[in-house]
Order: sequence, then C-alpha cells, then structure tokens
Amino acid sequence: MSAGHHWLVIGGVLFVLLNTAAGLIWLERRMLALWQDRYGPNRAGPFGILVVLADTLKLFFKEDWIPPFADKVVFVFAPAVVVASVLLSFTVIPFAPNVLVADFNVGLLFFLAMSSMGVYSIVLGGWASNNKYALLGAMRGASQMISYEVFMGLSVMGVVILSGSFNLREIVEAQKSGWYILPQIVGFFIFLIAGIAETHRLPFDIPEAESELVAGFHSEYSGMKFGMFFIGEYMGITLISAMVVTLYFGGWLGPAFLPPVIWFVLKTFAFIMLFILLRASMPRPRYDQLMEYGWKILFPLSLVNLLITAAIKLML
Amino acid sequence: MGVTFYIAAAIAVLSTIMVLTRFNIMHALLWLVVSLLSVAVIFYLYGAPFMASLEIIVYAGAIMVLIIFFVMMLNLGPEMYRQEKQWLKPSLWLFPAVFCVILLGELVYLIAQNRTPATGIKVVEAKAVGLSLYGPYLLAVELSAMLLMAGIVGAYHLGRQKKKTVHRFLESNVS
Repeated sequence: MSAGHHWLVIGGVLFVLLNTAAGLIWLERRMLALWQDRYGPNRAGPFGILVVLADTLKLFFKEDWIPPFADKVVFVFAPAVVVASVLLSFTVIPFAPNVLVADFNVGLLFFLAMSSMGVYSIVLGGWASNNKYALLGAMRGASQMISYEVFMGLSVMGVVILSGSFNLREIVEAQKSGWYILPQIVGFFIFLIAGIAETHRLPFDIPEAESELVAGFHSEYSGMKFGMFFIGEYMGITLISAMVVTLYFGGWLGPAFLPPVIWFVLKTFAFIMLFILLRASMPRPRYDQLMEYGWKILFPLSLVNLLITAAIKLML
Repeated sequence: MGVTFYIAAAIAVLSTIMVLTRFNIMHALLWLVVSLLSVAVIFYLYGAPFMASLEIIVYAGAIMVLIIFFVMMLNLGPEMYRQEKQWLKPSLWLFPAVFCVILLGELVYLIAQNRTPATGIKVVEAKAVGLSLYGPYLLAVELSAMLLMAGIVGAYHLGRQKKKTVHRFLESNVS
C-alpha cells in the first residue's frame, strides 16, 4: 500500500464517518417518524435532509456555557474523549480488502480497549458537572458499561477461537467459507446486546434516562459540547454496526456484482436501522433489571458459548 | 523506535509526577490514566502488543474506572483539597524526594555501565502469552483465580440484602 493511498484512505474514512454520523440525525428522525406513523422533519431541503444543517447551526449558535460550580478542565475534556475513542476504534476496521487504516495484529483487542476508554467521557462528564442528576447518570453509566464490557469481550472470543486471530482482516478472510453468524449465533446476540449497552442507546439509555434524570450525565452541557456527546453516540452506533458486520456477517464479503465497500456499507446500514427500530419499539428496563439481566443471564451464557466453541474446535 | 520510546517515557514520568502533586484526587487519577496509557505504548513498542492491549483494557479501562467510581461517590469538596494541601508540606516530601533523586542517579549510572543496545526485539504474540500462562505458569493462574473467587464471594456476602416480607410501616422501631 503506497503512502498516497494510505492518506486517501484515512481522509476518506474520516470524511465518510463524520458525515454518516451527522446524516444519522436525519435518518433516525425520519425512520422513527415512519415507524410511529408521523411525518418527521420534511421541510428543509429534499426529504428534509437539510435539518442536519439547521441542527448543526443551532448548536453552534447556542451559548457555550460552563457552569461556575463545574470542574472546568474536566468538563471541557470529557466530550472529546467519546469522539476520540470511537474514531480511534475505526482505524482497525477493514472496510474492503485494500481500504484499511491500520492492519493491527491485536485489532480486536484495540477495539475493546478503546470502547473501555469511552466510559471516561460519561463518568468525567457527570462528575465534572457537579450536579446530582449528572452524577447519578455517570454512576449508572460507569456500572452499566463496565458490566457489559465483560460480556462483550467474552462473546467475541468465540470468533477469535474459530478464526485463530485477533486481526480483523484475517477474521473477515476466515469467513470466506461461511459467515460466523451460524456457528456463533449466541455470541452474536450477546455482542449485539452488549454493544447497545456500550453505546448507551435505547432501550439501555439508563445513564441519560430523561424521564428520571433530566438528561443524565450531560444535563449541564450545551452548545457544541453537547453536540460532541451527540455525534459520539451516533458514531458509536456506526462502530458497533460495523463491528457486528466484521465479526459475524463476513465484513466486505458478498456476491461479486457489487464492490466490497458497497457490501460493507449496506450491511452496516442494515444494523444501524436495527438500532433505530429498537429505539422506536422498546421500553426502557429499570436499572437493577439491566444489571441482573447482564450478570445472571448474559454472563453465564457467554461463558457457556465460549466453552462449547472451544470444545468443538478441539474435537474437530 | 528511539524517539517514540523517549516521548512515551517522558509522558509516563511527567504524568506520574503530576499524580503525586495534584491536590484534587480526581485530577490525580486522570493523570494516572495517562501514565498507564503511556506505559501501554512502551509495551507495544518493545514487542508486547497483547500486554499493551491488556494494560489498557484492564488497568486504564476497568480498574481506574472503578476507583474513579468510588471517589465520585465520596463527594469530596473544596475543604478536602485544602486538607491535602496542608498535608503535602515541603518538609514532608523534601527528604524522600532527595533520596529518590540519589537512587535515580545510581540507576542511570548502572544503566550507562552495561548498556546492551535494544536490538532484535522479539514480538510476543497473544498465542505465546497464552501458552506460557497455561503451561509453566498454570499454578499462578489457578491461585489468582482462587483469589478472585474469594473476592467475589466476599463481595456477594457483604452486598446481600435480606428480603423484606413486612412493609416498613409495620416493622417495630425497637432495635
């Protein structure tokens, strides 16, 4: 891979990602409206797509307020963490055979490491706000994300056992004989649920639960600082969808009538739609129900999945 | 290799100094996270990518989050920083610091004495780590598993709540 091609890939990935994250604002509102039998934003531009521009302009012109009782440095630093950690995770994802930012040998572990770094944005944002609702949201977020990280790590180990590698490119290439969704169906469901909890999306949006905690950990944030949390969440959805596609649905693999990148994007968007549909249809569980569900059902299930996968791999 | 190592090492040392000198415990913990991350970079540079990832996942990502979680619940206000400031008087840290500088000088001297150039770094893959953990070091893995099990059982015992069958208004207040 030449240096010029490499820079092109880096720039292209950044450009497409940031625009996807912004476009998802529109997509989510339109799809939610469709599933809830309303119109949604349809005034600005064709199909209302310019609502993204209007939203961004609004965010830029809002007063960027730092509360006097907040810890200023940490308050400003927290929203940057979520965007940085999610963007760094995208470096290891293979979009197509030759479209890949970094061919890491420990790519999958790097993804897990970055997703565990993302916890800091919630924790620090909630703590620095010095507000009891924000603090409660931060505490919920920290315990939820630490717990679900455990199952996330355990559920992907089934894929690692089957492919024999932490390298995401090699994992995709190992799926040429068959996608891992079939042998790893349990792992897939655990990974998907843990991924929803990691991005704290509905139905697991317990750290921000607006019916209980005002807006949770970002109650005190306004303007573009809030926008960073917002964009970070949409990029998180894209990341988890891309990871599901890479690990269980054969990444860029697909029939040859479409180029590999298109296959990857199509599959990823299918999962983004699933995320939005979940938001449109599911009620929010209580906090203790979420923790119980995780530790008493998902955790044993992921261990059993790992055990059976390893046993079958040993016997074959 | 050389330059990246020295940058990571300098960040590690500086951030650790910041950990020691911050009065606000939350800021100290954040500097500690930076220090752990720079150590992970050093691990990666010297051929241990698996260890580097584990350093971030386990130390920076899980243990530090838990510590921050507890500190967050303590609600330490400004009077705590003033107390810390009082405790960290020069008369307290001066002599340990001087001795540490002397030890550092000795260490630098020893490293300069028998310098073996860091060439031929062997990259240790995840497979090799696993094979040695479940081969020669199996006993250590078993022992740490037992320790963790004891910790989990203890935490469960401490956190267990008795199921209330009587409504709290009907309970007698004599205790």
